[in-house]
Amino acid sequence: MSDGQIRGLVVAHGSVAPALVAAVRQISGCEEGALQAISNDGRGPDQLLETVREAAGEGPVLVFTDLSSGSCAFTARKVAAQRPATAVLSGVNLPLLLDFVFHRDLPLHPLVDRLVAKGRGEINGACIEEMVRADRALSR
Amino acid sequence: MPIALFRVDERLIHGQVVVGWGKHLGVDRIAVIDDEVVASPWERDLYCLGVPSEVGVVFASVQDARHELAVWRADPRRIIVLVRDVETLARLAQHQLLDHEEINLGGIHFAPGRERLLPYLFLSPEECERLREVARSGAVITARDLPGTRPVTLDDLLPEE
Repeated sequence: MSDGQIRGLVVAHGSVAPALVAAVRQISGCEEGALQAISNDGRGPDQLLETVREAAGEGPVLVFTDLSSGSCAFTARKVAAQRPATAVLSGVNLPLLLDFVFHRDLPLHPLVDRLVAKGRGEINGACIEEMVRADRALSR
Repeated sequence: MPIALFRVDERLIHGQVVVGWGKHLGVDRIAVIDDEVVASPWERDLYCLGVPSEVGVVFASVQDARHELAVWRADPRRIIVLVRDVETLARLAQHQLLDHEEINLGGIHFAPGRERLLPYLFLSPEECERLREVARSGAVITARDLPGTRPVTLDDLLPEE
């Protein structure tokens, strides 16, 4: 089944994938077929590979994984190496998944570039003191 | 320098090895002993993608590893050695090559014919017997998925009936 849009598979450790996909659906209201969760829990390398291959089906697919050094990422890269129109993006986070479901009509390469930028851009950090100082400066 | 970790893990290089054990042991290198991966350049590249740039990766066939083991043990760099299954371990252990070596059973998943011994360890009766042979050849075998968990000895894992 393919509507021409890119489908996403989130392949991650433990309960990360179902939790991320549930959050994306809750926030965006996206259709079920847009994003599918696959956990590595209880799956050996061969089983995980088979599960991801089956889920990929036909048509362009973007596989999101958590750890770039993990078995999920390795499996995703293995699938991508043997399947056309397949990209892998590691270090998945909620903001980039939300961006994905609204831009699935983009071509695969520009979409990956866009999502990497989005995911990185959403990572910010500040110490509490700095935040308080900034708030005070704004209120003056 | 003794081998920092000699592990049997179907996934070879993956998160538990790189992050869980690698950071804990401060390793410099990871060696993968696997005839199939050695023969597949693209799979070797994929495995290397999952390793931090400061950690080296070497690949060896079982035959080559039988010579390389002595070199790795004499090298001052800290190394993790990985094999994917009990059969590979048993082939390496021939002629007491793993005498006194501590072997870590880290991850063998379910497959038809295997029984669950631990959440991360499923073994067939044949694999159990092979492990007993490896232990009789001098290796010290324990099961342990991560540094923070309790090691389980082979005697506890496979009590004599």
